Amino acid sequence: MAECGASGSGSSGDSLDKSITLPPDEIFRNLENAKRFAIDIGGSLTKLAYYSTVQHKVARVRSFDHSGKDTEQDHEPPYEISVQEEITARLHFIKFENTYIEACLDFIKDHLVNTETKVIQATGGGAYKFKDLIEEKLRLKVDKEDVMTCLIKGCNFVLKNIPHEAFMYQKDADPEFRFQTNHPNIFPYLLVNIGSGVSIVKVETEDKFEWIGGSSIGGGTFWGLGALLTKTKKFDELLHLASKGQHTNVDMLVQDIYGGACQTLGLSGTLIASSFGKSATADREFSKEDMAKSLLHMISNDIGQLACLYAKLHHLDRVYFGGFFIRGHPVTMRTITYSINFFSKGEVQALFLRHEGYLGAIGAFLKGAEQDNPNQYSWGENYAGSSGLMSSSPELCPELCPTQRARSGTFDLLEMDRLARPLVDLPLLLDPSSYVPDTVDLTEDPMARKYWLGCFEEALDGVVKRAVASQPDSVDAAERAEKFRQKYWNKLQTLRHQPFAYGTLTVRSLLDTREHCLNEFNFPDPYSKVKQKENGVALKCFQRVVQSLDTLGWEERQLALVEGLLAGNVFDWGAKAVSDVLESDPQFGFEEAKRKLQERPWLVDSYNEWLQRLKGPPHKCALIFADNSGVDIILGVFPFVRELLCRGTEVILACNSGPALNDVTYSESLIVAERIAAMDPIIHSALDEERLLLVQTGSSSPCLDLSRLDKGLATLVRERGADLVVIEGMGRAVHTNYHASLRCESLKLAVIKNSWLADRLGGRLFSVIFKYEIPAE
Amino acid sequence: MGTGRLGTSMERHGRASATSASSAGEPASGEPASGDPEERRREPLRRRASSASSPPAGASAESVRRHRPGSYSGPTTVSRQRVESLRKKRPLFPWFGLDIGGTLVKLVYFEPKDITAEEEEEEVESLKSIRKYLTSNVAYGSTGIRDVHLELKDLTLCGRKGNLHFIRFPTHDMPAFIQMGRDKNFSSLHTVFCATGGGAYKFEQDFLTIGDLQLHKLDELDCLIKGILYIDSVGFNGRSQCYYFENPADSEKCQKLPFDLKNPYPLLLVNIGSGVSILAVYSKDNYKRVTGTSLGGGTFFGLCCLLTGCTTFEEALEMASRGDSTKVDKLVRDIYGGDYERFGLPGWAVASSFGNMMSKEKREAVSKEDLARATLITITNNIGSVARMCALNENINQVVFVGNFLRINTIAMRLLAYALDYWSKGQLKALFSEHEGYFGAVGALLELLKIP
Repeated sequence: MAECGASGSGSSGDSLDKSITLPPDEIFRNLENAKRFAIDIGGSLTKLAYYSTVQHKVARVRSFDHSGKDTEQDHEPPYEISVQEEITARLHFIKFENTYIEACLDFIKDHLVNTETKVIQATGGGAYKFKDLIEEKLRLKVDKEDVMTCLIKGCNFVLKNIPHEAFMYQKDADPEFRFQTNHPNIFPYLLVNIGSGVSIVKVETEDKFEWIGGSSIGGGTFWGLGALLTKTKKFDELLHLASKGQHTNVDMLVQDIYGGACQTLGLSGTLIASSFGKSATADREFSKEDMAKSLLHMISNDIGQLACLYAKLHHLDRVYFGGFFIRGHPVTMRTITYSINFFSKGEVQALFLRHEGYLGAIGAFLKGAEQDNPNQYSWGENYAGSSGLMSSSPELCPELCPTQRARSGTFDLLEMDRLARPLVDLPLLLDPSSYVPDTVDLTEDPMARKYWLGCFEEALDGVVKRAVASQPDSVDAAERAEKFRQKYWNKLQTLRHQPFAYGTLTVRSLLDTREHCLNEFNFPDPYSKVKQKENGVALKCFQRVVQSLDTLGWEERQLALVEGLLAGNVFDWGAKAVSDVLESDPQFGFEEAKRKLQERPWLVDSYNEWLQRLKGPPHKCALIFADNSGVDIILGVFPFVRELLCRGTEVILACNSGPALNDVTYSESLIVAERIAAMDPIIHSALDEERLLLVQTGSSSPCLDLSRLDKGLATLVRERGADLVVIEGMGRAVHTNYHASLRCESLKLAVIKNSWLADRLGGRLFSVIFKYEIPAE
Repeated sequence: MGTGRLGTSMERHGRASATSASSAGEPASGEPASGDPEERRREPLRRRASSASSPPAGASAESVRRHRPGSYSGPTTVSRQRVESLRKKRPLFPWFGLDIGGTLVKLVYFEPKDITAEEEEEEVESLKSIRKYLTSNVAYGSTGIRDVHLELKDLTLCGRKGNLHFIRFPTHDMPAFIQMGRDKNFSSLHTVFCATGGGAYKFEQDFLTIGDLQLHKLDELDCLIKGILYIDSVGFNGRSQCYYFENPADSEKCQKLPFDLKNPYPLLLVNIGSGVSILAVYSKDNYKRVTGTSLGGGTFFGLCCLLTGCTTFEEALEMASRGDSTKVDKLVRDIYGGDYERFGLPGWAVASSFGNMMSKEKREAVSKEDLARATLITITNNIGSVARMCALNENINQVVFVGNFLRINTIAMRLLAYALDYWSKGQLKALFSEHEGYFGAVGALLELLKIP
């Protein structure tokens, strides 16, 4: 029955704590621009949602006027960069205890300047109780929304938009959370909401859901009956008691009835035959802990059993659990998981949600924002602005700074960015439902985790330096860079202790978090100047490189083209080994890079198969995911593209929508292509005739998630019948997609520029991966 | 079988509660206890075809089988030879069936009423004393009770005519019972003790070492089903064994009506003892255990003891009958002010059992009676809910509730009847049986007599 019932006891006496001092700027961010509000008031927690706009600095590139291109000087950059303001949409969610509600409303009232909104969507059991207070403080009309509708809307939203939203809970595993990759089709599923009672809802589509059952034995039973039995008033305290108790002192077990014969009969003696069966006596005292534990088992088992019966009846195997009984409590997640496994014999999975607490608020917000069609956009979790999942078991992270823990326990944040473009699966994925972008799951691999966290810590100084250097004209660049350092450092420390905080920890998520943090402090593109310079240098070499390739025989040329791709890939500011060389010797050239490459046979070497394939008929259309700016795109990728075009293969060249490290962005790629076209008739005519198409990926990550790609790209891939996918670079072809299976031929190539990773793969620094794959028939 | 012995011994146990809630602590309910995944794998597989038990010593299986209940017309005069021969084909008296549950021991005893003078003369003293003791008393010690109202009269079993008696006592008095068997020299009767329930295993060694008695252990689910089918077939002294409630929610119009279980299959059998076992029965020999829950009679009584300080099942039920659970539970209307139309939930439905007890003020305002009532409603509703889901999943529409939780528990039975009917929109029927908790013991007795 949702959370509604939980009111009443949470805030006793309704005396609201006004005395707290909030660190407001850090919590109610972007409030000045807030456009629309929603609030979900549960029994003890309030969740506030608002939609706001964020002003960002973005680096834009623009071609110079080409009228005077004949007089082009050697030292002139190939294009100009300007920093502009861009406005993006962001959803803010804040969770805090009901005791702070008045103080929070006051703060909002004082800082709300720009809003034109007149209503606030409200849901949850407490919405009614605080209606007057909200209307009085905010002067907004409270519009009450149905609790369950909001919950389900919110659930659909997070399942669709937040990768690794759902997880299984594994007792005694390290870490306890096992995240699920997002299924392309989230429906149908069962939502079991354990509030004061239990509601079981079958969700079939975005708008179609049905209450299929429920139970009155829920969180309120644990709390109410627990309070009667133990005289302990608070829910969390009851859970704490339960975690220390021995239920076998209170419950009648199978072995209590069968004696020692269980083993020979094949019975599990420790199964509970009768909950509280031993307390049917007047002459024994039972400890509070034992009774609480027995109660917890009784309720969890019962809910798990009913959930399984409903799942079976409706043929559903995905069951999500939410509500205040769960709310991230390891104790209840553990007992519910156990019960589901027991009763379903492993056929049903108990799934939990990282943002379970926000579902109602998200749903209420979406209800109010229906005219803006929020569902037509893709959204992304902003790692910089979100608190992440906190383990409530303190023993897991004893070293974590206590104030940080306390803070996040009091105010929990979630920020979602509205992405410029809707994202979809790459249509060429063999099995979208089993696709996992990341090669190594750092949550599961403590060795790898330790290494990469250390690696990112070490690289931080360099990133800060580069950020400052990228904005020589800004007076506060150093100060902002320092804040960035602090923020990212704290994130890394959090992840050391709670690697599960933002879903599965991967090299990709560490890189993305860094990008989010850089953006947060207005360093939208620290490498813009470097990229500009490198592009200029490389463009000058283009003709020479192409000419020398053209003099080679066919077979020789194919190898040279591949080596060119690989050599270009050595230029990567993301890898420390390379950035050291580049910083000290900016003239580090293409040829030198080639010399650094491993001799064939490479670490992974299917070049012979690739060559053989090239002797056959041309591909219809190749989709190429480019990596770095400069030498990589201009001297590596373009000559390769040019060869494909000559073979009669169309090419879709996909570059990142937004900047990440020195990766070439879509807008840079447009200029580069234009400049090359001016020099090269093959590229020129291909662009004119749309045999060479430049598209954006929809991503701003140095890695590549083939399940979240720009919709336009996906459409084009389908229209052109792409039958070859080329993925280059360590981020896209090794950290991610190394094991990705596609429905067409694929080429994954990278130079390993990290000695640890090289070690792991059984190679050495600058080892080469050349992986040509043909799908099984 | 001296009254005194059993009595004193029981008093020493210092327990006044004569008749606790529930019977059979089936392995039954089988709910997970710990989070140990190992345990999950060892979960009991309760699906079985038929009893694998071997025939008790001294009984000749083939010949007895012919004697179906009621098929034998007893002779008025029998030659000594005949008696001798018949005696060889059936087990020696006394005829007992024992079901040792988690809370209660259920004992059925067949008292032959067709004893000839000759036979009586030969009857050993101890056998006679057992018969006299059991049939002339309605209470044994302070905790043993004979449910006189359940006695089945003029029953023909294995060619003998007599009465079937139904006796119960708490499982914790088992040691006294065994001690009595030893004192009365039971083992000299060369009788076979057919026993079922978990206690048949738990106390097997004690029977042997203390009483010099060999238990013949039987599967409790086999016994349960055998017992139900048999008892239903013989009726209840001319009346129907099975019944249902009409208008269960209306205290004025509510009627208990006989039900003719002529088409028993398929049948969902819900046995509510200390815990609950749910079986789907497709024919006499084909059944499976669907599931079970640990929220059973033991939970009701256990929680009542903790919440109200009551000491007997009767007391707990009596309190419950005077209480008001709506003070304790949070109803749909407490949250939504009425029906929750979005989901078609009536305002009177319980949204959260004990939900009002989250509030301190409301905790202080409830009586023990209210708490007892709420406990009863909570457990009963939950059993109804689990049973209903099993019926739907198994596609069975008649549900028979048995077990000692239902003894003198009209509130629970009417609630089950109503809940099943309401939530299934009339598709499911809740059925009950007069001999509630004794079917396992009857089944054990039938095994002794080799009645299939």
